[in-house]
Amino acid sequence: MVGAMDIGYPYALTAELTHRCPLRCVYCSNPLELERREAELTTDEWLDVLDQAGRLGVAQVHFTGGEPLARADLEPLIRKAREAGLFVNLITSGVGLTAKRAQQLADAGVDSVQLSVQASVPELSDFIAGTRAFERKRQAAVWIREAGIPLHMNAVLHRLNLQLVEELAEMCASWGAERLELANAQYYGWALRNRSLLLPSREELREAEEALRRAKERFGHRMELIWVIPDYHEEYPKPCMGGWGRWSMTVSPDGRVLPCTAASEIRTLQFENVKRRDLAWIWRESPSFNAFRGSDWMPEPCRSCERKELDFGGCRCQAYLLAGDAGQTDPVCHRSPHHRLVAETVSGAPKQAAGGFTWRTTGENL
Amino acid sequence: MKQPALSDRPKLRRPARLKYDPARETELLLLPERVVRLNPSAGAILRLCDGERSVAAIIERLERNYPGSDLKGDVLEFLATAADKGWLEPWTSVTLTP
Ligand code: SF4
Ligand code: SF4
Repeated sequence: MVGAMDIGYPYALTAELTHRCPLRCVYCSNPLELERREAELTTDEWLDVLDQAGRLGVAQVHFTGGEPLARADLEPLIRKAREAGLFVNLITSGVGLTAKRAQQLADAGVDSVQLSVQASVPELSDFIAGTRAFERKRQAAVWIREAGIPLHMNAVLHRLNLQLVEELAEMCASWGAERLELANAQYYGWALRNRSLLLPSREELREAEEALRRAKERFGHRMELIWVIPDYHEEYPKPCMGGWGRWSMTVSPDGRVLPCTAASEIRTLQFENVKRRDLAWIWRESPSFNAFRGSDWMPEPCRSCERKELDFGGCRCQAYLLAGDAGQTDPVCHRSPHHRLVAETVSGAPKQAAGGFTWRTTGENL
Repeated sequence: MKQPALSDRPKLRRPARLKYDPARETELLLLPERVVRLNPSAGAILRLCDGERSVAAIIERLERNYPGSDLKGDVLEFLATAADKGWLEPWTSVTLTP
């Protein structure tokens, strides 16, 4: 554990306002068990969280979900976040947006909207999302821009759309996006179920990287292109969240405070709730936030590894999901004793569909 | 990017915003997906980039705070770097249509 002096202040808050969502994406990384509407924090509770976050040093908030537009109190929450001095980013599927709502979001002071899209081909996009959403996204992009809000877009990449990287960039540029995040799928939550069908082969990935290079040449001058690496194919793991409890925190729909959006799956940790503790205490003192701070908790091979300050032993959630222990080296690392679990999965891709995809269930949560 | 002319009026590039953070006692530059912790002089210069003040006025204002210093070179260089990083709107008064 690190001393209290080393803890610093969080920069970013991810506010998961709800798990309710009109889409059923096959790659959804939200947990298998979603929070129900009745369990969601109230407006007043969220207002208080935003206030506390501002005082704690948080500088930006990402409102996300599920679909944050499902919350009718989104506008007052945005206003409060701006009052607290935060940069406000809204992450949305665009489904449920209207021209009027886009204007209300702008008036409330949203700084940027990140619109997700599943593919550049409408039929495929709808297939991946498990519902007809493409046309509404295209429309949403228009309304966002008409309201004067900077349009950012994101697409999660996997075997179904990886061959469309250049087309995706072209489409987003033509929709007026100033930024496009191409994020290779992460296998948490629901996505882990579909992993064997989503995981690309090395060859497919290499071609996509070529397409990215072409896209940068064609659109890089007017649209920032961000590439989030597929960690399964790398030699070393990603530096999860830049270090556990170091820069950011997530508040889940029911008020639990997590060091990472995927952390709720770690059953061996107890996460505190904003209903019972204040954010500053949770950030500084809670056992869950201190569990993997610094490097004293590390096992070998991380403990004596020269990269431990670079990647912090990789992702704790992935260690838990794959190796069954959140305190292990991330199995993505080729030095991990559990690396075989990842290597075999990657060399096994692409596989024949063994029964096909399962779409995200939302059912009773909506 | 080349340095601005003294008559240019630098402006933070939308949607970037500055925030003075009392917890850390520093100016932060808020960008989408990024927060930059600024050193005091960078913070002081960017605070003056409001799209109204010319580069000449910015330099004059800063030199008033630090009498006897010649800040022109440093300010021009910093502005060029900041524009390169996408923190400021491009200099030219010609607006390119998207
Ligand atoms: S179903 Fe799709 S849009 Fe909804 S939470 Fe999951 S990934 Fe996000
Ligand atoms: S052994 Fe640990 S610290 Fe070293 S590269 Fe692998 S995960 Fe990172």
